[in-house]
Amino acid sequence: MQPGKFIERVLFLLALSSISSLALITIFIFLEGGPLIYFAGLKNFLASSHWAPTKGHFGILAMIVSSLLVTLGAMVIGIPLGLSCAIVLAEFSPTRLKLVLKPTLELLAGIPSVVYGFLGVVWLVPLIRDYLGGPGLSLLAAAIILGIMILPTIISISIDALSAVPALYRDGSIALGATQWQTVRRVVLPAASSGIMTAIILGMGRAVGETMAVIMVAGNALKLPASILDPVRTLTSNIALELGYAAGRHREALFATGIVLFVIIMILNLCATLVTRRR
Amino acid sequence: MRLPPRTVQTLMKTLLWALTGFTLLILVFIILDISIKGLPQVTFGFLVHEPQDMGRHGGILSTIVATAYITLLAIVLAVPFGVGTAIYLTEYTREGWTTRIIRFGAECLAGVPSIILGLFGFVLFVMKLGFGWSVLSGALTLGIMVLPIIIRTSEEAIKAVPQEYRQVCFSLGMSQWQTVTRIVLPAALPGITTGIMLSVGRSLGETAVLLFTAGAALRTPVTMFDSGRTMAVHFYILAREGLSMPNAYGTAAVLVISILAINLAAYTMMQRLMKKYS
Repeated sequence: MQPGKFIERVLFLLALSSISSLALITIFIFLEGGPLIYFAGLKNFLASSHWAPTKGHFGILAMIVSSLLVTLGAMVIGIPLGLSCAIVLAEFSPTRLKLVLKPTLELLAGIPSVVYGFLGVVWLVPLIRDYLGGPGLSLLAAAIILGIMILPTIISISIDALSAVPALYRDGSIALGATQWQTVRRVVLPAASSGIMTAIILGMGRAVGETMAVIMVAGNALKLPASILDPVRTLTSNIALELGYAAGRHREALFATGIVLFVIIMILNLCATLVTRRR
Repeated sequence: MRLPPRTVQTLMKTLLWALTGFTLLILVFIILDISIKGLPQVTFGFLVHEPQDMGRHGGILSTIVATAYITLLAIVLAVPFGVGTAIYLTEYTREGWTTRIIRFGAECLAGVPSIILGLFGFVLFVMKLGFGWSVLSGALTLGIMVLPIIIRTSEEAIKAVPQEYRQVCFSLGMSQWQTVTRIVLPAALPGITTGIMLSVGRSLGETAVLLFTAGAALRTPVTMFDSGRTMAVHFYILAREGLSMPNAYGTAAVLVISILAINLAAYTMMQRLMKKYS
């Protein structure tokens, strides 16, 4: 074989093995968790909130609902703050300020999630307990911490989307007598909408999948929350809390929880790809 | 009632600036809180003494060693695959369905939450392959986690090398592999390094993956099959069990400052590169 051909084969193999790690992850999670879903029955697994894995009850409804509520709450906090920042930095602020603030915000994406969780426990949880009642460790606390955590993701991608809108659009709108805000709202935002959607979906993915920060502030109680001040346990924290000591069916049930999480994340990824492609 | 456009604009701008200010305030608060309460704990002794009594007293030396060990091994394992994939995508194949599948796979891999990676590493490396909770299991899983970062940044770096470089090489009769190894890779090296630094930054802060693959033993790991507790995991355990607030803040300060420093260096390098090529 020619040396060139050989090198190409090797590189192709490297690329293939990089990607096959994704396939391996999928296969292993489904192989380990699948039998339990079959054993417990899909309906009992997804539509029951009774989780007592050592006694044969494997309902994860409460955790699915909690995960979705925490993510929704994080979006309610993260989207307005993140979009405001992005609009101000991309459209209203002097260039020099933008040049300083954008990298600063991006650097903050590097702060580990445990640190966010820790500060949540130290500062936010006591505030909620003292002023709003309840145990403090709650859906609300988790939503606020996650909302803050996803800010760098939302801001950075949205700024890129806004900056990619041609200056001609703005000039045209201003020349027609629109104010700067009207221009942003009616021209720039619609033009950047697919990029902003991507930012939101990726932020959502980050929020659904986040584990350590949520374990620390959410309270981890095993029931459907009745109010935002109730403690909740998400899909991710369920896995992390019990994997250390689980065995047999119990461990399979945690992998089955992983399957549900995996499916949610993959749907979000697919949405992000579709939105980006539409551009 | 319709407000005049100028009034609406003033109102909206005030609101948006207020929300921006609030966001920045939160982020400044995070940094300040960690620095003010953490930095006084970070003495020379804190960095060079072993943790004592589960971390209630003493320093964090063994966790620093474990972090460096696991991170380095993860990078060493991930770089050949990541850079190899990037070279294949940019130099050895035309855009088509193979490249599209590889890129899509890398993107999906980047979106896999760390707890899923932790589950995967636990079942494959810790249980099935019998590596146990060890530096090796942790590094293998972490390597998969940073693979997409390395692929993406290397690809960008290699693409940024001007096409003329390659044309000159070919016209001189160099083979494609010679062109890649002697000309393209050296030119792309700073960009690839940036990606590696970002991967290190990401690895330092990772907790969920390592908790289930590298374990939490406080002894300094010697062989690859010893369990090792990284700084992030140590910090999590200190905070969660309420063992020692000052030591938790101290560890957090070391962790956050090293991550910010590495990311800042990577960012500065990237800016310099972008100036060079544009």
